[in-house]
Amino acid sequence: MSTNKLDQLYRSVIMDHYKNPRNKGVIEESSITIDMNNPTCGDVIHLTLQIDDGIVQNAKFEGDGCSISMASASMMTQIVKGKKVDEALKAASVFSDMMLGKGVDDSIDLGDIEALAGVSKFPARIKCATLAWKAMEKGVGNDSEQ
Amino acid sequence: MLSTDIRKHFPILDQEINGHPLVYLDSAATSQKPRQVIEAISNYYGLDNSNVHRGVHTLGNRATEGYEGAREKVRNFINAKSTEEIIFMRGTTTALNTVAQSYGRANVGEGDEIVITYMEHHSNIIPWQQLAKEKGAVLKYVDLEEDGTLSLEKVREVITDRTKIVSIMYVSNVLGTMNPIKEIAEIAHAHGAVMVVDGAQAAPHLKIDVQKLDCDFFAFSGHKMCGPTGIGVLYGKKELLTNMEPIEFGGEMIDFVGLYESTWKELPWKFEGGTPIIAGAIGLGAAIDFLEEIGLDNIERHEHELAKYAMERMSEIDGLSIYGPLDPEKRAGLVTFNLNDVHPHDVATVLDMHGIAVRAGHHCAQPLMKWLDVSSTARASFYIYNTEADVDRLVDGLRIAKEYFADVY
Repeated sequence: MSTNKLDQLYRSVIMDHYKNPRNKGVIEESSITIDMNNPTCGDVIHLTLQIDDGIVQNAKFEGDGCSISMASASMMTQIVKGKKVDEALKAASVFSDMMLGKGVDDSIDLGDIEALAGVSKFPARIKCATLAWKAMEKGVGNDSEQ
Repeated sequence: MLSTDIRKHFPILDQEINGHPLVYLDSAATSQKPRQVIEAISNYYGLDNSNVHRGVHTLGNRATEGYEGAREKVRNFINAKSTEEIIFMRGTTTALNTVAQSYGRANVGEGDEIVITYMEHHSNIIPWQQLAKEKGAVLKYVDLEEDGTLSLEKVREVITDRTKIVSIMYVSNVLGTMNPIKEIAEIAHAHGAVMVVDGAQAAPHLKIDVQKLDCDFFAFSGHKMCGPTGIGVLYGKKELLTNMEPIEFGGEMIDFVGLYESTWKELPWKFEGGTPIIAGAIGLGAAIDFLEEIGLDNIERHEHELAKYAMERMSEIDGLSIYGPLDPEKRAGLVTFNLNDVHPHDVATVLDMHGIAVRAGHHCAQPLMKWLDVSSTARASFYIYNTEADVDRLVDGLRIAKEYFADVY
């Protein structure tokens, strides 16, 4: 029983993103750099974004954290790449709803991040999953203010 | 080992978590509360609740007797000379901040030094950082030995005649190290500095004698020693407290209030502005009665034995690293560890699914995590209600975690 519940959290696609992170690294000539940490647990993310003409052209991350936080960062970069800024922010808001266990707007293609839906049943781990998304929102938000 | 009958006093332990009997191994964060403490608080609110030091009426007298009676219990618990030296506060953090803001501001100047160590909890780092910044003082750290202990030679190298305050934890919440406070206090005093002790992890586990330690200030929290949250104690030597200014002003702490000038009550009340933490103090008093009945020496021995057993059993697991001194006699009842490269959060989640509560993270000791060169760790901490069977459950849980993440990490 316990293991079944664990499997809802640690879906194989999450583990795959953790083991083989997509978009790992740093964009040397990035337009935006965001460092964020989770002060209660020590997880850190260094996110670089390349935004041109209102489109997230590229996104890369480096970080140190648990499987959930790093897999979520990998999925986030995957989903926002090539998206318009407002679409990226929309994805973040859909993701946030998902973490709150709310029904999810299915007009957006969630790709792999659907695998993270199980996190909502583990309240202590929600902040792990949201770290990268908060970093992205902050970065994109800062850019649109410029 | 203490009798497992002690568990019967803790109603919270009698429950299942995620389909398994609860094994609570996070007492270094906060301990569980025995029925005696819960009832003392409930009886206070149910029968005696009133404000203290002002009622002419009977309830006011009862509340005052309960509150001041708890102060006497604390005095006896740490062997202070007088109840004037026992100040009730919110917890260790508030107590350390009070020393920094009252004693520190008045006695630390530009170029003076404050000495702490790499193993300190954030609450024994940041008050001194802030004070050093404000005063242009220098904050100095004593480096640790490889096994996470302090050497007196290194302490001697760091403390100088410019040192005004030395503030060190008695027992480390991460390494479990028990520090030689008495010897460090001697060194501090030889240089004219005061010795401040963060006793948060010591008071629950070993007999405290502030006169024998000859420390100048000693801070601890009720909630880690079977008492409620929101109550703690600052002990200070009377001659120091007498010359210190309060940092909170208002009701309760005043003697005479004029339009432009006021005077303060005697010790200890001048440091207890506002309606005090009455139920908290009474709960802490009940916790002290409970612990003293078991005997602090018995508690200390129980924890050494559990730590020893835990370290032996945990060492059976390949790839598990333990931080801090490997000699169980040198450590209190906690074991901080990492399991291969599995992130401690992931370890803690698997354990939780099996009913086992441990802490994962940086344990409010980021400089120490840096010193250990890890971003976070997991920690199992033991108290009077833990048994060897709990350690066995932990070891089983760790094996499951290891297997679960075997092909991931």
